[in-house]
Amino acid sequence: MAAEAGKVDPMHQFTIEPMFGTDGWQIGQYNIAFTNSAMWMVIAAFALLIFVAGGLKRELVPGRWQMAVESFTGFIDGLLATNVGPAGRKYIPYMFSLFMFILFANILGMLPLGIIGLHPFTFTSHFSATGVLSVMAFAIVLLVGFAKHKLHFFSLFVPHGTPLVMIPLIFVIELVSFLVRPFSLGLRLFVAMMAGHVLLEVLSGFVINGLNAGIGIGPVVSVLSFILMVAIVALELLVAGIQAYVFALLTSLYLNDAENLH
Amino acid sequence: MDPQAAKLIGAGLAAIGAGMAAIGVGNVFGSFLESALRNPGAADGQQGRLFIGFAAAELLGLLSFVVAMILIFVA
Repeated sequence: MAAEAGKVDPMHQFTIEPMFGTDGWQIGQYNIAFTNSAMWMVIAAFALLIFVAGGLKRELVPGRWQMAVESFTGFIDGLLATNVGPAGRKYIPYMFSLFMFILFANILGMLPLGIIGLHPFTFTSHFSATGVLSVMAFAIVLLVGFAKHKLHFFSLFVPHGTPLVMIPLIFVIELVSFLVRPFSLGLRLFVAMMAGHVLLEVLSGFVINGLNAGIGIGPVVSVLSFILMVAIVALELLVAGIQAYVFALLTSLYLNDAENLH
Repeated sequence: MDPQAAKLIGAGLAAIGAGMAAIGVGNVFGSFLESALRNPGAADGQQGRLFIGFAAAELLGLLSFVVAMILIFVA
Protein backbone atom coordinates (compact mmCIF):
# COMPACT_ATOMS: atom_id res chain seq x y z
CA MET A 1 0.00 0.00 0.00
CA ALA A 2 1.74 3.15 -1.16
CA ALA A 3 1.38 6.09 1.18
CA GLU A 4 -0.40 9.05 -0.35
CA ALA A 5 1.34 12.39 -0.21
CA GLY A 6 1.26 13.83 3.31
CA LYS A 7 -0.16 10.68 4.85
CA VAL A 8 1.85 8.23 6.94
CA ASP A 9 0.92 4.64 6.22
CA PRO A 10 0.94 2.84 9.58
CA MET A 11 1.25 -0.63 8.04
CA HIS A 12 4.29 0.09 5.89
CA GLN A 13 6.68 -0.66 8.77
CA PHE A 14 5.63 -4.32 8.72
CA THR A 15 6.66 -4.89 5.10
CA ILE A 16 9.01 -7.83 4.69
CA GLU A 17 11.74 -7.08 2.17
CA PRO A 18 14.62 -9.19 0.88
CA MET A 19 17.98 -7.76 1.94
CA PHE A 20 21.35 -7.60 0.21
CA GLY A 21 19.98 -8.66 -3.19
CA THR A 22 18.99 -12.16 -2.07
CA ASP A 23 15.45 -11.94 -3.46
CA GLY A 24 16.20 -14.50 -6.17
CA TRP A 25 17.32 -17.28 -3.84
CA GLN A 26 15.07 -20.30 -3.85
CA ILE A 27 14.90 -23.97 -3.02
CA GLY A 28 12.46 -25.81 -5.25
CA GLN A 29 9.59 -23.39 -5.71
CA TYR A 30 10.13 -21.63 -2.39
CA ASN A 31 11.77 -18.28 -2.05
CA ILE A 32 14.30 -18.30 0.79
CA ALA A 33 15.49 -14.71 0.52
CA PHE A 34 17.31 -13.30 3.56
CA THR A 35 14.66 -10.79 4.66
CA ASN A 36 14.80 -7.90 7.10
CA SER A 37 12.80 -10.13 9.48
CA ALA A 38 15.51 -12.80 9.34
CA MET A 39 18.22 -10.16 9.73
CA TRP A 40 16.67 -8.84 12.96
CA MET A 41 16.27 -12.39 14.25
CA VAL A 42 20.01 -12.87 13.71
CA ILE A 43 20.72 -9.52 15.40
CA ALA A 44 18.53 -10.47 18.38
CA ALA A 45 20.26 -13.84 18.66
CA PHE A 46 23.73 -12.24 18.52
CA ALA A 47 22.78 -9.55 21.05
CA LEU A 48 21.54 -12.32 23.36
CA LEU A 49 24.74 -14.31 22.79
CA ILE A 50 26.89 -11.30 23.69
CA PHE A 51 24.74 -10.55 26.72
CA VAL A 52 25.02 -14.09 28.09
CA ALA A 53 28.71 -14.51 27.16
CA GLY A 54 29.52 -11.35 29.13
CA GLY A 55 28.00 -12.93 32.23
CA LEU A 56 29.83 -16.26 32.08
CA LYS A 57 32.94 -15.17 33.96
CA ARG A 58 31.91 -17.19 37.04
CA GLU A 59 33.41 -14.72 39.47
CA LEU A 60 32.78 -15.35 43.14
CA VAL A 61 31.70 -11.76 43.61
CA PRO A 62 29.63 -11.02 40.51
CA GLY A 63 30.08 -7.72 38.70
CA ARG A 64 27.18 -5.75 37.26
CA TRP A 65 27.00 -7.65 33.99
CA GLN A 66 27.19 -11.10 35.59
CA MET A 67 24.58 -9.98 38.12
CA ALA A 68 22.24 -8.94 35.29
CA VAL A 69 22.55 -12.31 33.55
CA GLU A 70 22.24 -14.23 36.81
CA SER A 71 19.12 -12.35 37.84
CA PHE A 72 17.50 -13.36 34.54
CA THR A 73 18.46 -17.03 34.91
CA GLY A 74 17.30 -16.91 38.53
CA PHE A 75 14.02 -15.39 37.39
CA ILE A 76 13.40 -18.20 34.88
CA ASP A 77 14.47 -20.77 37.49
CA GLY A 78 11.93 -19.36 39.93
CA LEU A 79 9.22 -19.23 37.27
CA LEU A 80 9.66 -22.92 36.44
CA ALA A 81 10.04 -23.94 40.10
CA THR A 82 6.73 -22.33 41.08
CA ASN A 83 4.76 -23.39 38.01
CA VAL A 84 6.15 -26.81 37.12
CA GLY A 85 7.94 -27.90 40.28
CA PRO A 86 11.15 -29.99 40.45
CA ALA A 87 10.40 -31.59 37.06
CA GLY A 88 10.71 -28.17 35.45
CA ARG A 89 14.46 -27.81 35.94
CA LYS A 90 15.30 -29.49 32.64
CA TYR A 91 13.36 -26.82 30.72
CA ILE A 92 15.44 -23.93 32.05
CA PRO A 93 17.69 -23.64 28.95
CA TYR A 94 14.71 -23.68 26.58
CA MET A 95 12.64 -21.24 28.64
CA PHE A 96 15.59 -18.90 29.14
CA SER A 97 16.31 -18.80 25.41
CA LEU A 98 12.62 -18.34 24.60
CA PHE A 99 12.04 -15.54 27.09
CA MET A 100 15.27 -13.66 26.34
CA PHE A 101 14.86 -14.02 22.56
CA ILE A 102 11.35 -12.54 22.69
CA LEU A 103 12.44 -9.83 25.13
CA PHE A 104 15.42 -8.85 22.99
CA ALA A 105 13.29 -8.91 19.84
CA ASN A 106 10.63 -6.68 21.41
CA ILE A 107 13.13 -4.20 22.81
CA LEU A 108 15.36 -4.12 19.71
CA GLY A 109 12.24 -3.28 17.70
CA MET A 110 11.68 -0.25 19.94
CA LEU A 111 15.19 1.18 19.46
CA PRO A 112 15.14 4.69 17.97
CA LEU A 113 17.57 3.76 15.20
CA GLY A 114 15.34 5.45 12.62
CA ILE A 115 17.16 8.68 13.48
CA ILE A 116 20.31 7.37 11.78
CA GLY A 117 18.33 5.88 8.90
CA LEU A 118 18.38 2.26 10.06
CA HIS A 119 14.82 1.09 10.59
CA PRO A 120 14.43 -1.58 13.27
CA PHE A 121 12.04 -4.35 12.35
CA THR A 122 10.06 -6.04 15.13
CA PHE A 123 9.76 -9.61 13.89
CA THR A 124 7.53 -10.48 16.87
CA SER A 125 4.87 -8.34 15.17
CA HIS A 126 4.41 -11.12 12.59
CA PHE A 127 2.29 -14.16 13.26
CA SER A 128 4.66 -16.33 11.21
CA ALA A 129 7.42 -15.72 13.79
CA THR A 130 5.37 -15.89 17.00
CA GLY A 131 3.32 -18.77 15.60
CA VAL A 132 6.45 -20.90 15.20
CA LEU A 133 7.49 -20.15 18.79
CA SER A 134 4.07 -21.13 20.13
CA VAL A 135 3.86 -24.26 17.94
CA MET A 136 7.28 -25.27 19.34
CA ALA A 137 5.91 -24.96 22.88
CA PHE A 138 2.82 -26.95 21.87
CA ALA A 139 4.96 -29.65 20.24
CA ILE A 140 7.08 -29.99 23.39
CA VAL A 141 3.90 -30.35 25.47
CA LEU A 142 2.60 -33.10 23.18
CA LEU A 143 5.94 -34.96 22.98
CA VAL A 144 6.65 -34.81 26.71
CA GLY A 145 3.03 -35.55 27.63
CA PHE A 146 2.74 -38.65 25.46
CA ALA A 147 6.25 -39.88 26.24
CA LYS A 148 5.78 -39.56 29.98
CA HIS A 149 2.13 -40.51 30.49
CA LYS A 150 1.43 -42.55 27.32
CA LEU A 151 -2.33 -42.62 26.63
CA HIS A 152 -2.98 -41.54 30.19
CA PHE A 153 -2.23 -38.04 28.89
CA PHE A 154 -5.85 -37.83 27.72
CA SER A 155 -6.94 -37.61 31.36
CA LEU A 156 -5.81 -33.98 31.01
CA PHE A 157 -9.15 -33.35 29.31
CA VAL A 158 -11.24 -34.75 32.18
CA PRO A 159 -10.59 -32.85 35.43
CA HIS A 160 -10.81 -34.72 38.73
CA GLY A 161 -14.28 -35.10 40.19
CA THR A 162 -16.20 -34.52 36.95
CA PRO A 163 -19.67 -36.15 37.20
CA LEU A 164 -20.04 -39.05 34.77
CA VAL A 165 -22.80 -37.41 32.72
CA MET A 166 -20.71 -34.29 32.20
CA ILE A 167 -17.62 -36.12 30.89
CA PRO A 168 -18.46 -36.03 27.15
CA LEU A 169 -19.22 -32.29 27.29
CA ILE A 170 -16.21 -31.38 29.46
CA PHE A 171 -13.94 -33.51 27.28
CA VAL A 172 -14.93 -31.60 24.14
CA ILE A 173 -14.58 -28.20 25.85
CA GLU A 174 -11.18 -29.04 27.32
CA LEU A 175 -9.99 -30.49 24.02
CA VAL A 176 -10.96 -27.32 22.14
CA SER A 177 -9.34 -25.10 24.75
CA PHE A 178 -6.21 -27.27 24.50
CA LEU A 179 -6.06 -27.10 20.71
CA VAL A 180 -6.62 -23.34 20.64
CA ARG A 181 -3.56 -22.72 22.86
CA PRO A 182 -0.89 -22.35 20.16
CA PHE A 183 -3.07 -19.81 18.33
CA SER A 184 -3.92 -17.73 21.38
CA LEU A 185 -0.30 -17.84 22.59
CA GLY A 186 1.16 -16.66 19.28
CA LEU A 187 -1.68 -14.25 18.55
CA ARG A 188 -1.31 -12.43 21.88
CA LEU A 189 2.34 -11.57 21.37
CA PHE A 190 1.94 -10.68 17.70
CA VAL A 191 -1.11 -8.45 18.16
CA ALA A 192 0.25 -6.70 21.24
CA MET A 193 3.46 -5.79 19.42
CA MET A 194 1.69 -4.84 16.20
CA ALA A 195 -0.90 -2.69 17.97
CA GLY A 196 1.78 -0.73 19.80
CA HIS A 197 3.78 -0.06 16.65
CA VAL A 198 0.69 0.97 14.68
CA LEU A 199 -0.24 3.37 17.49
CA LEU A 200 3.23 4.93 17.48
CA GLU A 201 3.15 5.28 13.70
CA VAL A 202 -0.29 6.93 13.77
CA LEU A 203 0.89 9.39 16.42
CA SER A 204 4.04 10.16 14.42
CA GLY A 205 1.72 10.84 11.47
CA PHE A 206 -0.08 13.41 13.64
CA VAL A 207 3.23 15.07 14.50
CA ILE A 208 4.36 15.28 10.86
CA ASN A 209 1.00 16.43 9.51
CA GLY A 210 0.71 18.98 12.34
CA LEU A 211 4.10 20.47 11.48
CA ASN A 212 3.11 20.64 7.82
CA ALA A 213 -0.20 22.36 8.63
CA GLY A 214 1.43 25.74 9.23
CA ILE A 215 1.60 28.27 12.03
CA GLY A 216 -1.99 28.09 13.37
CA ILE A 217 -3.28 24.99 15.10
CA GLY A 218 -0.59 22.67 13.71
CA PRO A 219 2.25 23.05 16.24
CA VAL A 220 -0.20 22.64 19.14
CA VAL A 221 -1.30 19.29 17.74
CA SER A 222 2.30 18.29 17.07
CA VAL A 223 3.59 19.12 20.54
CA LEU A 224 0.68 17.38 22.29
CA SER A 225 1.00 14.31 20.06
CA PHE A 226 4.75 14.21 20.64
CA ILE A 227 4.35 14.30 24.43
CA LEU A 228 1.75 11.54 24.19
CA MET A 229 4.11 9.58 21.94
CA VAL A 230 6.93 9.71 24.48
CA ALA A 231 4.54 8.37 27.13
CA ILE A 232 3.34 5.62 24.79
CA VAL A 233 6.96 4.59 24.11
CA ALA A 234 7.42 4.11 27.87
CA LEU A 235 4.22 2.05 27.92
CA GLU A 236 5.47 0.01 24.95
CA LEU A 237 8.71 -0.83 26.75
CA LEU A 238 6.57 -2.09 29.64
CA VAL A 239 4.42 -4.10 27.22
CA ALA A 240 7.55 -5.55 25.59
CA GLY A 241 8.64 -6.94 28.96
CA ILE A 242 5.16 -8.06 30.05
CA GLN A 243 4.41 -9.87 26.79
CA ALA A 244 7.73 -11.75 26.91
CA TYR A 245 6.95 -12.67 30.52
CA VAL A 246 3.39 -13.74 29.70
CA PHE A 247 4.63 -15.89 26.81
CA ALA A 248 7.15 -17.62 29.09
CA LEU A 249 4.60 -17.93 31.92
CA LEU A 250 1.93 -19.54 29.72
CA THR A 251 4.50 -21.86 28.12
CA SER A 252 5.56 -22.99 31.60
CA LEU A 253 1.90 -23.57 32.56
CA TYR A 254 1.43 -25.75 29.48
CA LEU A 255 4.62 -27.64 30.33
CA ASN A 256 3.19 -28.17 33.81
CA ASP A 257 0.14 -29.85 32.22
CA ALA A 258 2.45 -32.14 30.27
CA GLU A 259 4.66 -33.00 33.25
CA ASN A 260 2.14 -33.32 36.06
CA LEU A 261 -1.25 -33.61 34.33
CA HIS A 262 -3.69 -32.06 36.80
CA MET B 1 -25.04 1.17 2.67
CA ASP B 2 -21.72 1.69 0.96
CA PRO B 3 -19.59 -1.40 1.75
CA GLN B 4 -16.55 0.74 2.59
CA ALA B 5 -18.59 2.78 5.07
CA ALA B 6 -20.00 -0.41 6.61
CA LYS B 7 -16.45 -1.77 7.04
CA LEU B 8 -15.27 1.34 8.81
CA ILE B 9 -18.33 1.40 11.08
CA GLY B 10 -17.70 -2.25 11.90
CA ALA B 11 -14.07 -1.50 12.74
CA GLY B 12 -15.22 1.32 14.98
CA LEU B 13 -17.69 -0.99 16.74
CA ALA B 14 -14.87 -3.51 17.25
CA ALA B 15 -13.04 -0.84 19.24
CA ILE B 16 -15.75 -1.20 21.91
CA GLY B 17 -14.20 -4.60 22.60
CA ALA B 18 -10.84 -2.97 23.29
CA GLY B 19 -12.51 -0.67 25.83
CA MET B 20 -14.23 -3.63 27.49
CA ALA B 21 -10.88 -5.41 27.73
CA ALA B 22 -9.49 -2.28 29.37
CA ILE B 23 -12.19 -2.61 32.06
CA GLY B 24 -11.26 -6.26 32.47
CA VAL B 25 -7.52 -5.61 32.78
CA GLY B 26 -8.18 -2.77 35.22
CA ASN B 27 -10.35 -5.10 37.26
CA VAL B 28 -7.62 -7.73 37.40
CA PHE B 29 -4.94 -5.33 38.60
CA GLY B 30 -7.32 -3.37 40.83
CA SER B 31 -8.52 -6.45 42.68
CA PHE B 32 -4.96 -7.68 43.01
CA LEU B 33 -3.79 -4.40 44.49
CA GLU B 34 -6.75 -4.24 46.84
CA SER B 35 -6.07 -7.66 48.30
CA ALA B 36 -2.28 -7.22 48.15
CA LEU B 37 -2.58 -4.22 50.45
CA ARG B 38 -4.66 -6.24 52.89
CA ASN B 39 -2.12 -9.06 52.99
CA PRO B 40 1.22 -7.91 51.53
CA GLY B 41 2.92 -11.12 52.67
CA ALA B 42 0.87 -13.25 50.29
CA ALA B 43 1.07 -10.83 47.34
CA ASP B 44 4.39 -11.92 45.82
CA GLY B 45 3.32 -15.55 45.64
CA GLN B 46 0.31 -14.66 43.50
CA GLN B 47 2.07 -12.72 40.76
CA GLY B 48 1.93 -15.65 38.37
CA ARG B 49 -1.84 -15.87 38.74
CA LEU B 50 -2.07 -12.09 38.35
CA PHE B 51 -0.41 -12.25 34.96
CA ILE B 52 -2.46 -15.26 33.87
CA GLY B 53 -5.60 -13.27 34.60
CA PHE B 54 -4.11 -10.27 32.83
CA ALA B 55 -3.24 -12.37 29.77
CA ALA B 56 -6.72 -13.90 29.59
CA ALA B 57 -8.46 -10.53 29.87
CA GLU B 58 -6.10 -8.85 27.43
CA LEU B 59 -6.39 -11.54 24.75
CA LEU B 60 -10.07 -10.75 24.16
CA GLY B 61 -9.31 -7.06 23.66
CA LEU B 62 -6.52 -7.95 21.25
CA LEU B 63 -8.95 -10.15 19.34
CA SER B 64 -11.25 -7.17 18.84
CA PHE B 65 -8.24 -5.22 17.55
CA VAL B 66 -7.57 -8.05 15.09
CA VAL B 67 -11.19 -7.88 13.92
CA ALA B 68 -10.85 -4.12 13.36
CA MET B 69 -7.57 -4.58 11.45
CA ILE B 70 -9.07 -7.32 9.29
CA LEU B 71 -12.07 -5.11 8.50
CA ILE B 72 -9.91 -2.15 7.51
CA PHE B 73 -7.02 -3.81 5.68
CA VAL B 74 -8.09 -7.30 4.58
CA ALA B 75 -11.85 -7.56 4.04
